[in-house]
Amino acid sequence: MSSGYPDYMDESIKKVEQTRAERVDKTPERMSPDQADEVLNNFHPDYKKEGKDTLKIGPSKGQKVPTELSKLLRAHSVIDPSEIDLSQVDYDVDVLIIGGGGAGTVAALWAVYEGIEPEDILISTKLRHGDSNSMMAQGGIQAADKADDSPVKHYLDAIGGGHFTNKRELVKALTMDAPKILDWHEDLGIMYDREDDGNFVELPGGGTSRYRLHSAGDYTGMELMRVIRDEARNYDIPVLEFTPAVELIKDDKGQVAGALLMNLETNEYYVVRAKSTVMATGGFGRLHIQAFPTTNHYGATGDGLIMGYRAGVPIRDLDSVQYHPTGAAFPDQIVGLLVTEKVRSLGAQPVNADGELFVNPLEPRDIEAASIIRECRGRENGVTTPTGMQGVWLDSPLIEEKSGEGTIEDNLPAMVRQYERFGIDITEKPILVYPTLHYQNGGLVINDDGSTPVKGLFAGGEVEGGVHGKNRLMGNSLLDYNVFGRRAGINAASHAKKASIGELTLDHITKYERDLEKAGIKTDRKSPLLLPEYRGDKVLSRHLDVEVTL
Amino acid sequence: MNENEEEVNEDQEMIEIFVMGKRYNVPKGLTIMTALEYAGYKFVRGCGCRGGFCGACSTVYRTEDEYKLKMDLACQTAVEDGMFLVQLPFVPAVREEFDIEEVDPEEHDNVMLDYYPEIARCVSCNTCTKSCPQDIEVMDYVQAALRGDIERCAELSFDCIQCGLCSIRCPADIKHYHLAQLARRITGRYIDKNSDELDKRVEEIKEGKYDEEMKEMVEMELEKLKETYDTRDIKEEG
Repeated sequence: MSSGYPDYMDESIKKVEQTRAERVDKTPERMSPDQADEVLNNFHPDYKKEGKDTLKIGPSKGQKVPTELSKLLRAHSVIDPSEIDLSQVDYDVDVLIIGGGGAGTVAALWAVYEGIEPEDILISTKLRHGDSNSMMAQGGIQAADKADDSPVKHYLDAIGGGHFTNKRELVKALTMDAPKILDWHEDLGIMYDREDDGNFVELPGGGTSRYRLHSAGDYTGMELMRVIRDEARNYDIPVLEFTPAVELIKDDKGQVAGALLMNLETNEYYVVRAKSTVMATGGFGRLHIQAFPTTNHYGATGDGLIMGYRAGVPIRDLDSVQYHPTGAAFPDQIVGLLVTEKVRSLGAQPVNADGELFVNPLEPRDIEAASIIRECRGRENGVTTPTGMQGVWLDSPLIEEKSGEGTIEDNLPAMVRQYERFGIDITEKPILVYPTLHYQNGGLVINDDGSTPVKGLFAGGEVEGGVHGKNRLMGNSLLDYNVFGRRAGINAASHAKKASIGELTLDHITKYERDLEKAGIKTDRKSPLLLPEYRGDKVLSRHLDVEVTL
Repeated sequence: MNENEEEVNEDQEMIEIFVMGKRYNVPKGLTIMTALEYAGYKFVRGCGCRGGFCGACSTVYRTEDEYKLKMDLACQTAVEDGMFLVQLPFVPAVREEFDIEEVDPEEHDNVMLDYYPEIARCVSCNTCTKSCPQDIEVMDYVQAALRGDIERCAELSFDCIQCGLCSIRCPADIKHYHLAQLARRITGRYIDKNSDELDKRVEEIKEGKYDEEMKEMVEMELEKLKETYDTRDIKEEG
């Protein structure tokens, strides 16, 4: 086990310590629009010309998306429709929910509240119920409830942070629903950090104009997810774990009418017929866009985008990807893992190898990330790790300089624990960070009721796009999955009450195959990906394709 | 770069690990999880968030010349030479269903005992605490629940990732992580005060206080919206 920073970094850490006192009360101005454009254009990975492809087929033909995603969109389906027997329906339900993370579980609960019997719902999920990016979110959730704040201010922050590319009705829904969501969370018994009078402890976040971030230590995502999952268990909502959807099923009227699931342990397929289907598969961090490490969970492979696109749902804003400004750059074992923005909300500053503060700590994420990349790559003021990575210091001890001893332990127990495991005390030493792939800003097109343009299909959470435009603010993703999970669940429920399903078909998959052929696309690749490939090259090069049984 | 794609230098120091009895040589400096992948295992179970938050990768191991069984998360623990590893895919612990409206602690003698009576069988052996990868005082929170101190139980258990290692080791078959979840929900619902500020805002939204201003924002011409954003007042200090 490694312990602490290597000796050669001591000199740079000393410089950080030396400049700390003069930085305590110093906050650089936020950037002007022109300054922000300059750093984004020159240093943000989204603004590079390389790394994107134009889609040649499908409902969003002509759009640009990251190459890693485009490869999966111009791939064959993992299934051959001619080998599937749709006449034998294994699960016949009112509402099928694809994805057992935050959005899916919230959708399930609101479908129940809307009058659907729990046994008429099915949640299909790739890993275990709750294994998701929702579980990993640390910082918090935004909702404008303070007297000096309002949903309108929240709206303005979100839409400016997204460079005015957001779908406005969605931002309205996000910010107007936020207080209601927190009210529901109070009823469920989520333990938010509170003042003595019961009001919430609230912090600022990058790009916010007010103190609006509610948290539960730095386990906010985990606290929300485990309570919401616990409530779903109280209703006995059926969940199929390790059984992801591999394609949507449609009917002869062109509606989405369920999905084909696959048991990951036996490879058997199951046919689900559903009056409404909710796509809640989360994002695509595990595609490692532009070879970045990621904060995302193991199953974040963008499956919902692939299935939805093949079924005819257009996509948007996928040319932008969120790189979280502060991923771990050291030690090697945790490179790319999240160092929550809450560290900066609490007062830590990003400083370079010479201990100089080079950016306001609370710029919107894309600007903050691009500034860190500029400091390392453009100005060469970064610290190099033993494995050749670059990073800047996030001066965590400054937090206690500002707010007193114990602040870090009280507010960031997960961060303290994470670094302690590798012999680093973040109350004493700064944290070495570099941007890491964090969030899929765009996704499937939805309306403000959570419906997609294809009848019978709804979507909520990271899989959908438009809420955040081309850049999401901190604290708006936990909010997104609650707001749009809820809206998708409610509207999926009311749709299910009046929908009638025709004959099941996979013709859209056959048609997609024809479109691939017509566009002259030749490939052996299949999608959705389901799980990323991390096995060693040596072992894969000697891999025999022989089926063995237990 | 994904986590295993890093170049493995020819001269990199290799160590020996045993996965369910089979020997593999892996580079030093990997976590248990990435070492298993390097060796050729593709996870279906036993792998979730890869960041120490989900509890999917509970691992039991011992090291050479050491009789003690150790437990930790595969994604958060560096491999050591001579580790004997076993992944735990699943903890089959029973969870009691409840209605959140029916668990007001004021309405019960000890609501924790009503749902999880087996906590009375705790023999204070402290094995649960020793097996916790989060270093939570598990036995202490079980004792707090037994005393009816629900808030303390919630506080002590707050960092629980529900991996289940405590329950798998408990000689009294206590379902620690499930009872702690109940204690936290009761605390959040009944013991913590609700926010008046929130109630007020929810009421204002219901009454339509922001409807007109919001409508204006949604319909605002782009240049004006940009200007409104660039000139908004930002509260920098709390």
